[in-house]
Amino acid sequence: MRYAETGVNLEIDLSRGSIEREGTDPRLTALHLGGLGTNTKMLWDRVPSEVEPFSPENLLIFSAGLLAGTLAPGANRMIVSTFSPQTLLSAYSVMGGFWAPELKHAGYDKVVIRGKSPKLVYLWINNDKVEIRDASHLRGKGALETAEIIRREVKDKEAQVLAIGLAGENKVHYASIEHGRSSASRGGIGGIMGDKGIKAIAVRGTKDINVARPAEFNELCNDILKYIQFRNDNPIKNVPPILAGLGSPQEMKLHDEAWHTSSFAWGNARIRRSDYWTKEIEAKWKVVQDNKVERLISCYNCPMKCGAVVEHEKLGRYLMKCYSKLTYTMAADSDLAFGLNIAGLGQEYGVDGYTTPQVLAFGVELYEAGILTDQDLPGFPATTEERFFYLLEKIVRREGIGDVLANGVYWAARQIGRGAEAYDHNTIKKHEQIPIKLGIMNPIYYLMWATGEKINITQIEGQIPQAPFATKEDKEEFVRDWIQVPNDKFKDFVLNWEPRTLPHYPSIEATCEIVDWQEMMHYIDDSVGTCAGLSSFPIKPPYHIHNFPRIISAATGMDLDEEGLKKIARRNRNLLRCLNIRRGMKKADEKPPEDHWKRRFPELESKLLDEYYKFKGWNNEGVPTKETLHELGLDYVAEEFELKGILKEEERVPETQGVR
Amino acid sequence: MKKVKKLIKIDVDKCNGCRACEAICSAFHAEPKYSSSNPDRSRIRVVHDPLRDIFVPVYAGEYTDSECNGKNVYTVDGKTYDECDFCRASCPSRKLFRDPDSNLPLKCDMCEDEPPLKEPKCVEWCINDALIYEEVEEEVEEEEPTRPLEIEVGLEALVKQHGVKVVMDTLSRLGKS
Ligand code: SF4
Ligand code: SF4
Ligand code: SF4
Repeated sequence: MRYAETGVNLEIDLSRGSIEREGTDPRLTALHLGGLGTNTKMLWDRVPSEVEPFSPENLLIFSAGLLAGTLAPGANRMIVSTFSPQTLLSAYSVMGGFWAPELKHAGYDKVVIRGKSPKLVYLWINNDKVEIRDASHLRGKGALETAEIIRREVKDKEAQVLAIGLAGENKVHYASIEHGRSSASRGGIGGIMGDKGIKAIAVRGTKDINVARPAEFNELCNDILKYIQFRNDNPIKNVPPILAGLGSPQEMKLHDEAWHTSSFAWGNARIRRSDYWTKEIEAKWKVVQDNKVERLISCYNCPMKCGAVVEHEKLGRYLMKCYSKLTYTMAADSDLAFGLNIAGLGQEYGVDGYTTPQVLAFGVELYEAGILTDQDLPGFPATTEERFFYLLEKIVRREGIGDVLANGVYWAARQIGRGAEAYDHNTIKKHEQIPIKLGIMNPIYYLMWATGEKINITQIEGQIPQAPFATKEDKEEFVRDWIQVPNDKFKDFVLNWEPRTLPHYPSIEATCEIVDWQEMMHYIDDSVGTCAGLSSFPIKPPYHIHNFPRIISAATGMDLDEEGLKKIARRNRNLLRCLNIRRGMKKADEKPPEDHWKRRFPELESKLLDEYYKFKGWNNEGVPTKETLHELGLDYVAEEFELKGILKEEERVPETQGVR
Repeated sequence: MKKVKKLIKIDVDKCNGCRACEAICSAFHAEPKYSSSNPDRSRIRVVHDPLRDIFVPVYAGEYTDSECNGKNVYTVDGKTYDECDFCRASCPSRKLFRDPDSNLPLKCDMCEDEPPLKEPKCVEWCINDALIYEEVEEEVEEEEPTRPLEIEVGLEALVKQHGVKVVMDTLSRLGKS
């Protein structure tokens, strides 16, 4: 018997209309766990580097994490992998909610989609019965609306549905895949789904998910739950409320937004308003939030409440996830009421709540600068709020200028020309970043922004406090029960941290170790399907490197210790990097935007990057060395890289010269 | 005489729709214990319709072989609920509270265990306190009849569904094979 996983993937070829069940090789689980790990391996093996994202040969993989649907609290993640139409590199996005557990109960770990359907279809997976169904009546429908219609059609209220909206159908480069209060938003994967002609996937399953060592696993899960309760009762002291608790975070529960509104930049990542947050604003926003939010809601088997049922004037209700609460608000220099309103619409259209506001703000800026004119924007309204709605409607339909803006800031700037490139000041590797513009370079963040394969800081960072504690006592108190650190050395980072020591604190060596640790935890989460909000993202989470091996082992029966788990995380991390390198990602691409910090330190930065590459076992170009690949059992990657000249055959010293 | 009555209080307003209660109930009743999870085998189900802001944890009660004739709807706080949204019956009009493989009815047994648990598993796992366990002492007239074993409930359902003869025949056939 297979434990935790089902051992079966669904392989669907939309060009041929074929559906196959394929047993998976348990050795792959031992090497890569599941989710992001096995997705990456599949993309490496099956999608050659010259395949365009919008091509029938590109794969779109929906994968439940290895532990998804088991008793492990918050193990509910689905990881979608493909190649991005925007970055042209690999893209993965992680979705919470209820879909991944349901897929497991239906008897599958992954749904692997290739080809393209000639007409719009949806999939209905009902245990062993899998159908490709006509979806022409769903064309143009909103993502949540689509889910409702499908649930009625299949006559099962408990069917879990993920769907794209108009943006996905029109291949917008930042279209999302929506599933109730959750979504897989990043990298334009909704556009890939639209390109394949698949509007939605509905799934219903009533089979058991088994675990290998039940009593032990149950006890470990109980411990996790107890620790969550403990952390809920004991928020971290001396940090802003948003960082004090668990969750992804519990944005909809909180009223205090001092931290976001003052540290993030408003508009097109332009101005910081450190004095924005006042008692009056807080009171005003509180009224809005309390009026609009009807209930705080969770994902499968998780006690945190990161999402919300939100009242919406046009839609009736929608389901808010944590992240987009403020992104539209701040990009439009507006307020919470506006943000909650447009976010609902964005969700029905199926656009990423992270990139979209920035593209809209970019469009408004170009107009104000005279680069876009009334000719490009006929009838452009007067207020920023109305302009946001106007542009959103154009983008999701790819109408007029919307057709250009639908490609994201990087590509749109180059298509528009006339100096628009200068307004593209917040992308890395062609991808919009969180709007943060700070004063002085931070070495930890520098490395994460530069080298993260996710190209998205929120899914790389976590674990460490964002600022030094004021007193020695506070520091000591913080590290006292900091059990999550890989070893005690990491505590020194907090203990010795003094204000105004950037950019020379921590040392390069410590920086490398901290970045590596934070990243590793995300790679584990994204393979086993635990929510980052209970693991890699917050400070002092319930899941960490010391309890993960036992949890994974008790669930799956795998023989696994800390070293073993670290090695798997490293293998997945390196394979993903190689996937991007094979598609042309270069060292020159690994840099945060020019104005990311006011004060930059070019020498230190380049030293940081070089040292980090070395620390990771990569060569000076950022390519994993042959030795590194060999140690991780990735010799097949090294061979291909040597063939392609990405790795040079080692220059051997001729023997005759070796006389000593 | 006095008798301890076990009570689970459900606060619908506190439910976040996480279904942890379903997961843990199914695992607790798995054989061997905790060896699998499957909300469809749970004896508590959360009737949920997020876009209508409806989240109602419902416990599996008695089996019934006939569905209600007419149906009522309730409006509470401006939200419209189907009568079935609150109903505990394992009944032919819906799939709820049926074992997905055998189709036998499921019923909440308050997690009876040896030694007894401090509180039922669903309550323990609902750390948002939508489910609260209470033991209250009640004055009762006389000893209530003991509850039938789970297998009896199941057999009774089968008998109602197929008739005694078919069940007996099947049992004796199974016994021989
Ligand atoms: S922490 Fe939040 S986002 Fe994560 S699983 Fe729980 S409810 Fe979902
Ligand atoms: S565990 Fe509690 S909050 Fe979660 S669904 Fe069940 S009753 Fe609701
Ligand atoms: S009390 Fe026990 S048997 Fe009843 S629903 Fe809760 S967990 Fe299941």
